[in-house]
Amino acid sequence: MKFQIEDVTVYFPYENIYPEQYSYMIELKRALDAKGHCLLEMPTGTGKTIALLSLITSYSLSKPSNPVKLLYCTRTVHEMEKTLAELKLLHNYQVKHLGPSARILALGLSSRKNLCVNPAVVSAENRDSVDAACRKLTASWVRALAAEDPRVPTCEFFENYEKAASDAVLPPGVYTLQDLRTFGKEKGWCPYFLARHMVQFANVVVYSYQYLLDPKVAGIISKEMQRESVVVFDEAHNIDNVCIEALSVRVRSQTLEGATRNLNKMSQEIERLKATDAGRLRAEYNRLVEGLAQRGNLPISDTWFANPTLPADILKEAVPGNIRRAEHFLSVLRRLVQYFKGRLQTENVEKEGPVTFVASINAQVGIDQKMLKFCYDRLYSLMLTLEITDTEEFMHIQTICDLATLVGTYTRGFSIIIEPFDERMPHIPDPVLQLCCHDASLAIKPVFERFQSVVITSGTLSPIDLYPRLLNFNPVVSRSFTMSLTRDCICPMVLTRGSDQLPVSTKYDLRSDPGVEKNYGKLLLEMVSVVPDGVVCFFVSYSYMDGIVNSWHESGILKEIMQHKLVFIETQDVVETTLALDNYRRACDCGRGAVFFSVARGKVAEGIDFDRHYGRLVIMFGVPFQYTLSRILLARLEYLRETFQIKEGDFLTFDALRQAAQCVGRVIRSKADYGMMIFADKRYSRHDKRSKLPSWILSHLRDAHLNLSTDMAVHIAREFLRRMAQPYDKTGAMGKRTLLSQEDLEKMSNGVSDMLF
Amino acid sequence: MADGHVIKRAKYKTSPKDPGVPGVLELTTERLVFKSNDPKSPTKLNVEFRMITAHKYSKENSKQALLNVSTKDNSYIFQFDSVANRDVCRDFVGSAIAFHANAKAVSTENLSEAETNRRVNLMQGNSEIQRLHQQFVGGGVLSDAEFWATRKKLLDQNDGRMPKQRMALKNEMWTVKPLSDGQSNRVTFNLTPEIIHQIFAEKPAVRQAYLNFVPNKMTEKEFWTKYSRAEYLHSTRNVVAAAAEAAEDEELAVFLKQDDMLANEARRKIRRVDPTIDIDADEGDDYTHLPDHGLSRADSKDVLDPIYEPYRRSFSQNLNQHAAVVLQGRLVDVELGDTRSVAEALAKTKQAELANEISNNSNGNLEKGLSDRISRMTEIEDLQGPRDPSVAPLSIKDPRDYFDSQQANALNAFGDAGSGAKPLKFSVYSGEAYDSLRELVSEVRVKGFSKPVMNPEIALQVLNVLIQNISSTKHSLGKSPHDSVLDTLPKVTKDELLHHWTSIQELLKHFWSSYPITKMYLYEKVTRLKDAMSQVYPKLQEIKESVQSDFRHQVSLLVQPMLQALDAAFAYYDADVQKRSAKSGEKPNGFV
Repeated sequence: MKFQIEDVTVYFPYENIYPEQYSYMIELKRALDAKGHCLLEMPTGTGKTIALLSLITSYSLSKPSNPVKLLYCTRTVHEMEKTLAELKLLHNYQVKHLGPSARILALGLSSRKNLCVNPAVVSAENRDSVDAACRKLTASWVRALAAEDPRVPTCEFFENYEKAASDAVLPPGVYTLQDLRTFGKEKGWCPYFLARHMVQFANVVVYSYQYLLDPKVAGIISKEMQRESVVVFDEAHNIDNVCIEALSVRVRSQTLEGATRNLNKMSQEIERLKATDAGRLRAEYNRLVEGLAQRGNLPISDTWFANPTLPADILKEAVPGNIRRAEHFLSVLRRLVQYFKGRLQTENVEKEGPVTFVASINAQVGIDQKMLKFCYDRLYSLMLTLEITDTEEFMHIQTICDLATLVGTYTRGFSIIIEPFDERMPHIPDPVLQLCCHDASLAIKPVFERFQSVVITSGTLSPIDLYPRLLNFNPVVSRSFTMSLTRDCICPMVLTRGSDQLPVSTKYDLRSDPGVEKNYGKLLLEMVSVVPDGVVCFFVSYSYMDGIVNSWHESGILKEIMQHKLVFIETQDVVETTLALDNYRRACDCGRGAVFFSVARGKVAEGIDFDRHYGRLVIMFGVPFQYTLSRILLARLEYLRETFQIKEGDFLTFDALRQAAQCVGRVIRSKADYGMMIFADKRYSRHDKRSKLPSWILSHLRDAHLNLSTDMAVHIAREFLRRMAQPYDKTGAMGKRTLLSQEDLEKMSNGVSDMLF
Repeated sequence: MADGHVIKRAKYKTSPKDPGVPGVLELTTERLVFKSNDPKSPTKLNVEFRMITAHKYSKENSKQALLNVSTKDNSYIFQFDSVANRDVCRDFVGSAIAFHANAKAVSTENLSEAETNRRVNLMQGNSEIQRLHQQFVGGGVLSDAEFWATRKKLLDQNDGRMPKQRMALKNEMWTVKPLSDGQSNRVTFNLTPEIIHQIFAEKPAVRQAYLNFVPNKMTEKEFWTKYSRAEYLHSTRNVVAAAAEAAEDEELAVFLKQDDMLANEARRKIRRVDPTIDIDADEGDDYTHLPDHGLSRADSKDVLDPIYEPYRRSFSQNLNQHAAVVLQGRLVDVELGDTRSVAEALAKTKQAELANEISNNSNGNLEKGLSDRISRMTEIEDLQGPRDPSVAPLSIKDPRDYFDSQQANALNAFGDAGSGAKPLKFSVYSGEAYDSLRELVSEVRVKGFSKPVMNPEIALQVLNVLIQNISSTKHSLGKSPHDSVLDTLPKVTKDELLHHWTSIQELLKHFWSSYPITKMYLYEKVTRLKDAMSQVYPKLQEIKESVQSDFRHQVSLLVQPMLQALDAAFAYYDADVQKRSAKSGEKPNGFV
């Protein structure tokens, strides 16, 4: 359908539209017009993504003189794929109705691990080893060597891509990662470098948060994006955590050992180079004297992680004289590593600010703040000079330099925490030195400054006024939408008591109570015998899940559950979890039905949809609080209280409830879909906890469903499922309209009808 | 010929001059058997008709009644005591030879053994077909090939193992529940073939080990003892102890270590996974190695030492693997008792799967399928406009069920249409009938007869018929579709009727499918069929007469359509014969 929003003709690839999608588009359009940032909360299952994509692409089409570019950030690769699939649908529709003028270039960008087509490279274990394997074949010095000596292996895909030079372009269209790989294989061009190159020209780029938020990655990939871009952070309820983690560094004793090895190897290299090619080292020194830490325009294949600090904080001055010589720099690093080793031997938990930490480094090993600040750039230059390709091996020293640079640059919003062991397992020494960022606004600040519009959207942004404070920005539009339902297709319940009427909870004192475990097991058992197709369970942590599943197994409850459904479980091994998910879906598809055990805050809860028959019921066992004794969390809470006057308890509850809402929100995808949500913990019945849930869940949570026991919940579930199985009128003819057609919209814009929503 | 059996006294002669050996000649459609009267005599004949190529006979007025039957390389002469007897045998032999010649013409291809087996199996499973086969093929009306030609579909279906539902695997994990007697340190495990099958399916390494070790290196019993020991060690969750035991015993180590084959399989499968759920890909894009937004990773802390790493095994892993195997279902169709063959069969299916995957990967079908699937999944269905009416393909499992019910509907509709707008009530309870009659009577009493309504005699007659009809059908008609008139009949009659019905169906099916007659053998066939049908005719009459008077009406109603169908066939046959004889006058009467 096609309709007008003020001066923009919106092309929407469906016959009908939900009223909330329409209002969402209106708000979004206002934010774009105002060239400002916005914050929009809209329930899951109302087609947020397609509304976003279709408004922004239509907006861009309506202004052909100055089209905006869309940078769409997703949390995960599989969400990237989903977004691109929706974009494909939209693009086909627009091309069909507007002709070839509507053609755009849209592509997903990911790491080499997901894009490489060279079988020798991509077979490597993890991302770092794929990166390293690629650099071994494509680094400029390797290729220079290969030009002389044909025995030196290179990557044919990269060579072909280089040979094609400016001819190597992607024709307009929508490319998922798979499409890029297929295209690359067909042409014989490297899809990774092709995509990296095309990102500058694309109308829509879909990539992961870190490509914009993590300065190390953003510095190489998103450097050249123009200001006239719209940045969208989808499913952004965790964005503050991503920002914080982008600026945090963790050093363990293994890191230090590895760093020492790296330093030894580098000094050997320097010795070798001195003997064979002393000119190269001298050239580097001269370059550094001239103040050029970077070597200017590097070939695309040589780029490496950028400076870990934010672009505005990178010093544009010459490297200090005392670390210009390679040997001197190495000795500085050696002293630094030695210092860290010393600090890790502590027996107490230590916490200090960056200023005192830097002062103590200076006092003990004589490295001043400026030297620390330049560590990263200096290392980078040295690695290029030494022509090091095995970046995976040199990860360790890289980490040390990241930490040094960050700690040398920032004075507030960070703290250094040294823990000799994990306090849950005091008998196992596991020292760790952490540089923790507490201020989420730091990492996202350059994004707000650089781009004209930043859209932060999710199904769960409650309370919506907290996010501008956490991220320190002023949205021009900030709105939370409720859901207009044709029928009550979601059924949230709070279960406080088990079948024996005793309270259930994952609170610390009740957690390992066999009675609670049994009650939880009985709840699941009753539910799997009532609910068809897929059932998803979320637990508060891996260890709790393992514990309770084992105890169900021993008591025979698991065996009874298995008589109704197949059981799959999330593990920390991602490959296994992916396969389990795949099998879970298959079991739901074939009608066998299955249960999936998963962990709140885990990878599955982050972005896997359990819509339609893949999830008719979600059970959230417990309240997914963070581990409250964690030093990092405590330090962050302290910072939040001091800076933003946010109370600890409030923040913790907010954080736990957004995770819980996120977990249960995965069941519903459209208004034709339906699902139940059970919050199984007595603490949910308390108002201060419950009220933090998003309004679209609260509005369907009836008072009668606030304090249920297992038998009552089963009864409600039966009733609900029976009701949902009846046919219904999709347009919601009685009372409120929940589905609008093109005609309805035209009437509305003519002012005939009042606002429906 | 009708009963397919003739026995006559005859003398067997090797030559016309030979005095002959007196004995009994027995003729069936299949073979010709001669037994000498003298049990000691060596003369004994047993010739199959399909070997016989020709027969000759002496003239009606010759002094000896002779019949000469010859195969390719032999000829047998029989002398009968009368021409009449000879003629009976001659006719039989003639038709038998013709029949076999036809059969040969039809079934040019020799039946494979599998085909024969399928037929035999089908007949064993279905007594109705068996009876029909006996009657018509045994009776010589139809040849074997003709009979089966109309049942090809049935055979094919049967071959696809259609009717047997395959049993799924049990969704139950085999766990070591040691049964110790409390006194000694002995621990007992129970293994059944079912459990062994499950273990092999879930743990390819154990399967491989079994194929490698048994019986060369150890006996079956030793193998399972060792396996149980490994499981027991796992159940104690003592990684260090497991590692220590494994170090001493390399065979035990196979069970204790992580399953490499599973890991390889996982790596292979991960490439075929739907990208919208591929968490593994996220890992590859994760530049900061996010530690799960505040989720503590308690479990990763108890890593002891890298050397113990291969011995760690989690319950979750087993759980997932178990569910995956159950979901996949029973892959092999082997008798579970034989452990080795189970292991081999499983290994073979895995290999086939692998080969299949490779061929799939190379032609890119998989990727296309996946992307199609994703685009289907992304659509929001209720925003979509109305589509073409969704039509499910009609699939009728057993056409007979369908058409029978349709016929009933059609009849109802027909009945409604016939009675105009007022629906006619067919099933009337006697009470209702009585009430309405009484009403009428009382009405008449009040109003009185203005004039005689109708002829009293006719009225009485109608009333009589009605009463009789109502009383007899009341309990049998229209109550529910499951009760049919047939059930009220005596069992013998019912069986007989049903049998005739199926045999008439069979005959008619063949009869009508033979038209138009293009070949000689079709003509023969039609003639044979007509003969057979004309024999059924009087039998039906017989049934009608034999039943008790209560049922006669219903039986005749049932028999009527059969007779009509037969009549139609006869009429067509006669018309056809006349047409043919008119067309080709020089060939009078065909070849009967």
